[in-house]
Amino acid sequence: MWTESLPFAKRFAHMTKHDKLSNSFRNQPDERGHFGQFGGRYVAETLMPLILDLEKHYRAAQADPAFAEEFDDLLEHYVGRPSPLYFAERLTEHVRKEAPEGKGAQIWFKRDELNHTGAHKINNCIGQILLAKRMGKTRIIAETGAGQHGVATATVCARFGLPCVIYMGATDIERQKPNIFRMRLLGAEVVPVTSGSATLKDAMNDALRDWVANVHDTFYIIGTAAGPHPYPELVRDFQSVIGREARAQLLERTGRLPDLLVAAIGGGSNAIGLFHPFLDDPDVEMLGIEAAGHGLEKEHAASLAGGKPGILHGNKTYLLQDEDGQIDEAHSISAGLDYPGIGPEHSWLKESGRVRYDSVTDTEALRAFQLLCGTEGIIPALEPSHAIAAVAREALKMNKDQIILANLCGRGDKDIFTVAEALGTEI
Amino acid sequence: MTRLSQSFPTDRAALVAFVTGGDPTAANTGAILDALVEGGADIIELGMPFTDPMADGPAIQAANIRSLSAGTKTADILNIASAFRDRHPTVPLVLMGYANPMTIRGADWFAKACVDAGVDGVICVDIPVEEDDSLGDALRAEDVAVIRLATPTTDAERLPEILNNASGFLYYVSVAGITGLQQAAQASIEEAVARLKTGTDLPVAVGFGVRTPEQAADIARVADGVVVGSAIVEIIAEHGSNAAPHVKDYVKSLSDAIRSAR
Repeated sequence: MWTESLPFAKRFAHMTKHDKLSNSFRNQPDERGHFGQFGGRYVAETLMPLILDLEKHYRAAQADPAFAEEFDDLLEHYVGRPSPLYFAERLTEHVRKEAPEGKGAQIWFKRDELNHTGAHKINNCIGQILLAKRMGKTRIIAETGAGQHGVATATVCARFGLPCVIYMGATDIERQKPNIFRMRLLGAEVVPVTSGSATLKDAMNDALRDWVANVHDTFYIIGTAAGPHPYPELVRDFQSVIGREARAQLLERTGRLPDLLVAAIGGGSNAIGLFHPFLDDPDVEMLGIEAAGHGLEKEHAASLAGGKPGILHGNKTYLLQDEDGQIDEAHSISAGLDYPGIGPEHSWLKESGRVRYDSVTDTEALRAFQLLCGTEGIIPALEPSHAIAAVAREALKMNKDQIILANLCGRGDKDIFTVAEALGTEI
Repeated sequence: MTRLSQSFPTDRAALVAFVTGGDPTAANTGAILDALVEGGADIIELGMPFTDPMADGPAIQAANIRSLSAGTKTADILNIASAFRDRHPTVPLVLMGYANPMTIRGADWFAKACVDAGVDGVICVDIPVEEDDSLGDALRAEDVAVIRLATPTTDAERLPEILNNASGFLYYVSVAGITGLQQAAQASIEEAVARLKTGTDLPVAVGFGVRTPEQAADIARVADGVVVGSAIVEIIAEHGSNAAPHVKDYVKSLSDAIRSAR
């Protein structure tokens, strides 16, 4: 049986005062929720008391062994954790065929696509609904892009018997129909959002509008490591189970740490969940992959590569925007990466130089999607397909005895229609 | 500052009128602002359009989109303010909007731009006191009022923090929600204004959901100011570039009601 056997407060030792090492990358954010110049609490006054209340309840939950116990129990028996760590032998061999002599790193995947509901999103939803329960909230709202977070939220709402409203851009609803049906089967009300670009950012706007009008009874389950403090911190903490498991599993299997971690980034929750437990391991390099869409010179969703710092949705972070601070529309073939911002901790990790960030186009991601299907018998979601493309690229440059560990954060069933269309196939 | 503090009459409530700058186009806004003044508005709130106005209801969201679709830039908003200041030297003008357009060139840049355009105060929806240093310090250094919002969720413990460093007036958002949708019960407004007044000498203006002259008069009996926004913006939505006379008539109906309320 898998158990982490540590209460939350110890598990997230970066947050206890005696552990605040000045040279640590794991002791963010500060008391005001700032990661360097990023993060913060940029919300309307109506929400401010609620945000402070959420923080108070989260601190109490962290100190409560019963909270950690319930979280762990649900992750093990409901979500199906720990997710396997898998050596992708045939993908490794495939890369080595094209690699120069002696090159071609070993490729390992953290299989978070095998979780209940098919993605890493459920880890965070379990944590947040337990918090909602502690706070006595009786109604749940959420935004969703690809629908994975919406499905995960609808799932935990069904499991805990709470009514659930999911805001989703009308454009995204069109391209993620199976997930809409799933959410409705699970009892959620899916509200199409037609304002703005009718995608994830607009869904987040409408979720915030709902929240501000229903603060007394409603809990907002934010799906990524972004938004006002303490969301980026608590989403990271709930998702850090990915990195903690992977670290222990790889040590057990190989006796060593990975040389490189790779994860795809929209808001960045699966990436921060994988990276955070390794941030103070100086020999572990990290690579976050943004969606380059049609290319960085055209429409894309790479906020770090093509944006600059600004304030949106409760936090200061890198945003795609014009010179007046108007937010640009993002583009990615992957609805889950189609967001013009990024979690504030990634902005900080970029500026501190601890994590390297790069991007992958729609076309490269599609090719990687097919590559993984053919070499490993795994249909990945389009989000981690971006990471897989980067893994193949990086493995060519690394020695055979080196290890790349990438997060396979979602499965691709939801994407088959998008992929079929992109490949010109009718299904 | 002086224009703002002098704009609240002692014998009646002030009428604070909001429109989104550049709606339907930047060229139309001057005439609409003049109509607000001619109709009897005491203080003008000029909205800076933003792509993601998450505290606003459908009416003002649509106004933001109309303005941006017409190509309105921050420079246009500042030009509108500056031209208004030339035409109306004594009428206070406040910029209202979101953090990103205000801070994108740096808080100091924005504060100086406000001074150059004759702007008396700023209401930033998504900078709470916790993040005040990202804009408030720069505005205060230039003597531009930092107008704070209080809401039904602002409790007694938090109120002093909001009032600390507040200036101009206190804007009471009377409903927990977005702009333009519903109005709070009169009794709750009375209770809230009385509570706020125990903590500050600043005038208290009440807004969110005020539509009819009767509602405006009711609030005018208990508060120092009445804020009306979405209802005016809806008239602009209906009449477009010919909105000014309709806006003037509507604002006059509010102003008359406020003037005879006490």
